[in-house]
Amino acid sequence: MSDNLSSSLIKLEKVSLAFSGRIALSDVSFSVNRGEIVTLIGPNGAGKSTVMKIALGLLKPDKGEVYRLSDISIGYMPQKIIIDDNLPISVKDFLKLRPGSTYAQVEAVMDLVRIAHVGGSPVQRVSGGEMQRVLLARALLGAPDLIVLDEPVQGMDIVGQQEFYQLIRKIRREKNCGVLMISHDLHMVMEGTDKVICLNRHICCSGAPENIQDHPEYHALLSGKPEGITLYTHHHDHTHDSSGNVVPSRDDKDGQDHKRKHDHDG
Amino acid sequence: MMDDFILNAIMAGILVAIAAGPLGCFLVWRKMAYFGDTIAHSALMGVGLGIALGTGSPWIIMVTSALVSGALLLLQKGEKFSNDTLLGILAHSALSIGLIIIALQESLRQDLMFFLIGDILAIDAGGILDISIMSLAALGGLLYIWKPLLSITVHEDLAQVEGVNLLRTKIVYMLLIALLVAFAMKVIGALLITSLMIIPAAAARNISRGPLQMAFYSMIIGSIAVVMGIMMSSMWDLPAGPSIVLSAFILFLIGRALPNQLRM
Repeated sequence: MSDNLSSSLIKLEKVSLAFSGRIALSDVSFSVNRGEIVTLIGPNGAGKSTVMKIALGLLKPDKGEVYRLSDISIGYMPQKIIIDDNLPISVKDFLKLRPGSTYAQVEAVMDLVRIAHVGGSPVQRVSGGEMQRVLLARALLGAPDLIVLDEPVQGMDIVGQQEFYQLIRKIRREKNCGVLMISHDLHMVMEGTDKVICLNRHICCSGAPENIQDHPEYHALLSGKPEGITLYTHHHDHTHDSSGNVVPSRDDKDGQDHKRKHDHDG
Repeated sequence: MMDDFILNAIMAGILVAIAAGPLGCFLVWRKMAYFGDTIAHSALMGVGLGIALGTGSPWIIMVTSALVSGALLLLQKGEKFSNDTLLGILAHSALSIGLIIIALQESLRQDLMFFLIGDILAIDAGGILDISIMSLAALGGLLYIWKPLLSITVHEDLAQVEGVNLLRTKIVYMLLIALLVAFAMKVIGALLITSLMIIPAAAARNISRGPLQMAFYSMIIGSIAVVMGIMMSSMWDLPAGPSIVLSAFILFLIGRALPNQLRM
């Protein structure tokens, strides 16, 4: 435990939990510091969501301690939200549910994650990718010190994922908040992750992304490279805005290097 | 000129409807229609207990309903059975206890119908005062928990992380429904009160663009149903409670038939 407690937003120490006799987690310890991005990876059933719920205070561990810096504001982005069709609620009003938020703050955060154009739409009618950004917007309201994201890019295409991650990095940079992200993808973690924690009911290994690739436990968990899929790379000289219109690429430090140009005819 | 008892009936009915609609919206949104029924059924147990104790006070009905909902909250913690199974067990057990207690009171056996469908035409000025206090209290209470309850309805974990007190909000909501049911007993009865919560709310869905708007429209639709039902009842000499529910159902059907553009 060499972490400096004063900079830890949240810290789990030797946390264990069993559900009706079955061990879900044993001896899990980690911390998230201000300005740090921590990604939690692991296969299905590894206890990622359980760890997250304990970190959020939704579940109490059987053993171990959870320290949360007092008075920190937490933004939580759940994996999925299913809202009954009979509840008519617009995106704006959904965001406004965050206690203490004003419409001005809601407008600002909608601009930040670029969903202003769906503000008046029923929450149930926005597309999957837009909904992820709506949920991110809700997590960002109330100026969070710590953002907890549960598989935020699931169902997004690669371009969407890149954009989303870019946004997270930007927010981390600007607000200096801590980020705890859960991912079921064992092969790819977000660029900019400071620490990867590889979980399978216990912490198999953890460390910087470049170090973890060489860790034997990580390879044991992965058991071989993915078969049947390969990577295809090409560059775009433009991106699309959220309505699908072509917009020129911004010169972003996180962005790709775009050299080729081509026209769209259709 | 309308008769006094008809005016009283309309007033009492509208007072119940303006509290029932918004409370009912949450039953619809939270998929808890059967929960309303459970409270209503346990209210009959409260009636039975009240008779046994020699009091017709609505408070004993409310306390009984509240205790049954409290039992539900406790049982839910165990999570062995699904919610609707638990509700079915509690609702009918409470109902049976109530019916047995009522049956034990020889003199009252023929009056059972009164508790099932109420007698809105028998409400007097004193009754109206009681109901208006209940109605205002229920609406005030709902306004107080509106935002946290809506947040819980959308996503419980998210609401909790954002600092909403789940248990307190749910208990207040249960108490408000118990309050409504207890005081609406004389007006619409235990068998029909749930419909006055659910049907106007469902009818309001198609024309509403926000939760507050849906709550407001459900009040209006419920009130129209009350007036329609009491008119039907006095014109054709029909039982008033069922006529009100039937009117609400007709309004619901009209809402369903509205052109799609109006729907969200």
